[in-house]
Amino acid sequence: MQADTRYDVIVIGGGPAGLAAALEAHADGQTRVLLVERNDTLGGILPQCIHNGFGAVVFNQDLPGSEYAWRYRTMVEQSGIDVLLDTMVLDVTAELDVYAMNDRDGYMRLRPRAIVLAMGCRERTRAQIRLPGSRCAGVFGAGTVQRLVNIEGYMPGRRFLILGSGDIGMIMARRLTIEGAEVIGVLELLPFLTGLRRNYVQCLQDWGIPLYLSTTVNRVIGGRRLEAVETIRVGDDLQPIPGTEGLVECDTLLLSVGLIPENELSRKAGVTLDPRTGGPVVDSAMSTTVAGIFAAGNVTSIYDLVDYVSKAGAVAGRSAARYARERPDGRAETVTVAAGKNVASVIPQRIRFDTPVSEENLLMLRPSALMEHSVQVELRAGSRVLASFRGNYSRPAEMMIHRLKPQQLRALKSAPRREITAEIQ
Amino acid sequence: MNDRLNDRRGAPGTSRLERIICLRCPRGCEITTSLDGYGAILEIEGNVCRLGRQYVEQEVHNPTRILPTSVRVRNGRYPLVPVWTPRPIPKQYLRDLARSTRSVELEAPINVGQIVISNWQGLGIDVVASGEVERV
Repeated sequence: MQADTRYDVIVIGGGPAGLAAALEAHADGQTRVLLVERNDTLGGILPQCIHNGFGAVVFNQDLPGSEYAWRYRTMVEQSGIDVLLDTMVLDVTAELDVYAMNDRDGYMRLRPRAIVLAMGCRERTRAQIRLPGSRCAGVFGAGTVQRLVNIEGYMPGRRFLILGSGDIGMIMARRLTIEGAEVIGVLELLPFLTGLRRNYVQCLQDWGIPLYLSTTVNRVIGGRRLEAVETIRVGDDLQPIPGTEGLVECDTLLLSVGLIPENELSRKAGVTLDPRTGGPVVDSAMSTTVAGIFAAGNVTSIYDLVDYVSKAGAVAGRSAARYARERPDGRAETVTVAAGKNVASVIPQRIRFDTPVSEENLLMLRPSALMEHSVQVELRAGSRVLASFRGNYSRPAEMMIHRLKPQQLRALKSAPRREITAEIQ
Repeated sequence: MNDRLNDRRGAPGTSRLERIICLRCPRGCEITTSLDGYGAILEIEGNVCRLGRQYVEQEVHNPTRILPTSVRVRNGRYPLVPVWTPRPIPKQYLRDLARSTRSVELEAPINVGQIVISNWQGLGIDVVASGEVERV
């Protein structure tokens, strides 16, 4: 089958990362860009995020997710970038072949000069957290209910219980209350809140919804439909404490228990995945380990603010356009960053030194420990500290974002064995 | 964090203690403040910047919030359009305004920025579309 070689850059996924990547790749006015999206509209998850809290970094304004998406969608529509909606990418190869299909064009083979992976993430499911009990109807992912309530106009229950105090869980607790449903409470396995504090105040406290820490679901009870949930307290070891069971009557249980980067296509293309993030290993240019394939946003690691997803997408788009134009031979010089003490994961995992000076060179750390005092982040080679910066606190719910300064980059470049470790002290 | 965090009990004429989580930035300082009987701040601690003090003053006298929700749309590509109050509204009106928006039904098309409810209850509160719905 003859490949369609019309495009320089193909962006897979029309969410915030893909929109920013397509716009930036197209910004030089010469790069021919195709944006491929499997949904019938652009924006990814944003159109169903009708709450505000988006745009503070990119637009210097507090906007609802729907309006943030609309702004990007409008920019893409006005740019003349080619967009394929309702189109599923089936395969991506290391030779940069993209196989896709839709009901208008049928099966397509496209051969761009660079690819940006921006497929985002999926909700962790009931099966993935091994929730015991009946397989009745009424157990949903919080994001699924967000779509039902906010896009499709369908209220899937009357009395809700929510498992997981992440941002989506808290936001849905408020959302369901606003629409007149009853939310009994939010359960959290860990002894601390896993979402942002502002959401605790605005979504739970303001609406009188209780939060139960160190508590989880012990058993799902129901016939055809959920009838009740047996809750149980857990100890510091997160193991259930016998005798602390409680019974909550409800018809719907929402799971807000984490997101997983969606990397079926990345695996097919043969890019190396990082077991800590669940996404492709990327460098400062958002280049994966396969030449010509770039990745950005929640496909690489779960972000807590969309503004930084857009920024990462923009870097990937610029890098992909540059790669398509210049076709560099040979790999860039990099230093590998490993997650050390109190760090769950790092993006990018490889720092490179040939990025244009205009790039921000953001280093993003996901802390693994809760520390409510000022902390020091150290980038070390063995016992030697090559660069460091301070943070006001360390919370697993919040990424620590640092702009690497030129002198810090120079210091990192000198790392022996081209390896450094990021630690939070 | 517990439910005593925003406990506002205390009779007028006596000083009272309040614990408030600041919403001005993601840091979310837990601020403790003591107020006199007129609600003036006597002591404040836990905030790391002056915005925290401003927030506490606002939160004690007139707490405000943004209400994001959605309203029904007839003859549109989608059955709903997202709406919000771009300007924060007094917290005491959140529930009533939420109830009011549940009975609103609009006719497509709807554009971003379009005023959906103007000057609600004569209180100067506008509800504005934050998404668009094409007519079908």
